[in-house]
Amino acid sequence: MPDKFSSWVTKILAVFKKEIKSEFRTRYALNSILMFSVVTLTVLSFTVGQFSLTNSVKSALLWVILFFSAMSGLAQVFIKEEERKTVSYLKLSASPNLIFLGKFFFNLILLLILEIITVPLFLILLEVRVQNWDLFLAVLFLGSLGLASATTIIAAIVSKTDLKGTLLTILSFPILLPLLFISIQGTKVAVMGAPFYSGLAEIKFLFSYIVVMLTASLLLFETVWME
Amino acid sequence: MWKALLFLIMSYVIISAYLNPAPQQSLGEVSRIFYFHVPVAWVSVLAFLVSMLNAVRYLKTRDMFYDVKSSSAAQIGLLFAFLATVSGSIWASVSWGSYWNWDPRQVSIFILLLIYGAYFALRSAIMENEKKATLSAVYSILSFITVPFLIFVIPRVFQSLHPATSVVNENLKIQMSAKVSLVFFPALIGFTILFFWIWSLQVKIFSLALKKGG
Amino acid sequence: MLSLQLDNVSKWFGERQVFENINLKLENPTSLAIIGPNGCGKTTLLKIICGLIRPSRGKVRIKIDGQEVKPEVQRAFFSIVAPDVELYEELTALENLEFFTGLRNYNSSRTELNQKLEQVGLKDRGNEPLGSYSSGMKQRLKYAVALSVSPRVLILDEPSSNLDEEGIFLMEKIIEEQKKDRLVILATNDLKETQYARQIFKLGN
Repeated sequence: MPDKFSSWVTKILAVFKKEIKSEFRTRYALNSILMFSVVTLTVLSFTVGQFSLTNSVKSALLWVILFFSAMSGLAQVFIKEEERKTVSYLKLSASPNLIFLGKFFFNLILLLILEIITVPLFLILLEVRVQNWDLFLAVLFLGSLGLASATTIIAAIVSKTDLKGTLLTILSFPILLPLLFISIQGTKVAVMGAPFYSGLAEIKFLFSYIVVMLTASLLLFETVWME
Repeated sequence: MWKALLFLIMSYVIISAYLNPAPQQSLGEVSRIFYFHVPVAWVSVLAFLVSMLNAVRYLKTRDMFYDVKSSSAAQIGLLFAFLATVSGSIWASVSWGSYWNWDPRQVSIFILLLIYGAYFALRSAIMENEKKATLSAVYSILSFITVPFLIFVIPRVFQSLHPATSVVNENLKIQMSAKVSLVFFPALIGFTILFFWIWSLQVKIFSLALKKGG
Repeated sequence: MLSLQLDNVSKWFGERQVFENINLKLENPTSLAIIGPNGCGKTTLLKIICGLIRPSRGKVRIKIDGQEVKPEVQRAFFSIVAPDVELYEELTALENLEFFTGLRNYNSSRTELNQKLEQVGLKDRGNEPLGSYSSGMKQRLKYAVALSVSPRVLILDEPSSNLDEEGIFLMEKIIEEQKKDRLVILATNDLKETQYARQIFKLGN
């Protein structure tokens, strides 16, 4: 049994490493995701940055940027395979769920790299003073996990259609809505300096969202992948 | 035979909705929309459930018949969700002063509309029938499991600025007078039967089209 | 001993039927050539056999020494070389080989992988990204990747596409080798290529 488990981990890592290598050499997703968020941030900073915004609005803006950045870059991981016809070999070579997890972790890392660059920029440009960093980072991380998990399975669905890009946003929005609301709430609470335990409800919610999304993704992915 | 029953129930509902005293005297005649709006909203949610259950059966059996059932239920659900939104905002405009207030219930029905819209957008982006059926079934399931989260989140985020104006409060405790419930519950049942009737007709039509085509 | 069986396999895409009730039984060692006019579904049938596409009806069965293999693990027995089955252009030949062999539990060393490259005449080109390969070289690499996992069933769609004379010679050697104790199933428009197979199956009316 531990043998099997370690072979799963090796394969997931293999898929993950391949995605990183591919991305590093072509930079499609990373470029588009970074470009998108930097441009959006600049637009926001110039237009609304000069007004004094409430913490609620600022928290909401952060997650709006993250949501749309995810839309612009996280679907590549499947669309690229379909368009370049590399899906077939991949299908033949490994069990679907291992492939899903490898790509999911890749999307997560992509999102986190994006955040390392954009979140500090956001905090500076929009003059956000975070008072409870622990809570802020916890919500950011868990929210990103949720964002990546829902987006990855929907990206898989969308990659099999004729429309791809736009469809991703239309399909993801209703499903990500609860995640966005709670992440915004949690971010706001953290910025305003509430103690960690008052953000516990949000943290618990985010946890359950992630668990449900990942479980559902793993149960449904094979069906989508084999189409 | 049950069609006759449906006819009787609906006639009774429609007639007494107008003849009986209005459910909420404070709002006057417009509150009669309650007999229409609430059952219609209920059906739009019921349709979502029916659609999801048939989506699961399709995935298990790969029988296109279940896809027909699933998508027709979604179609009717979309229509009813639209009607619920419109009737709700008419009611809102009279009782709260504006057509749209981001009240939790309005937000919920709006999101349901978004989900139905996304479902059909997905279907229209796929040419092959089997693929269309499979992928939309997956989406139906995914969007359905989001519902519990939405139910939890929406009331927390969207505070209802207005007191519980409807005759049924959040705990679904019935606060209706006997006269009103005499019309309301038959309305609920009547609309539910109406849904199943329209649904079965749609399924028959699409099944025939399916057989003829393939 | 491996046996591959198709039971009443049918496929249609939407309303268009590709083929119906295909029944086949193959046991190793043997080779099969599938021929037929353009559009009769040769590629589709090959892909159904190796599990890349689901049949609309019917089943593909594999038995090892009489024991039936579960559908989820059937794919481990196949390798495919086909025009629309591509490798990763951003990666080098060796990286492609390492990736796919790793995924399929064939942890080969660099030397072993280089041997595979040599077998298809790509000995010193292992560290170049595929983007710089010609189409003939890519075809050869596809063979290398397919063989690197010692498949029990080798599926070839248009086996000689893009290959030059030397490539064809290498391909013939590979097919002969594989035919000795395994299964080879190929699909082709070129009737000459049916010589590689012991049995022929004709698709299309």
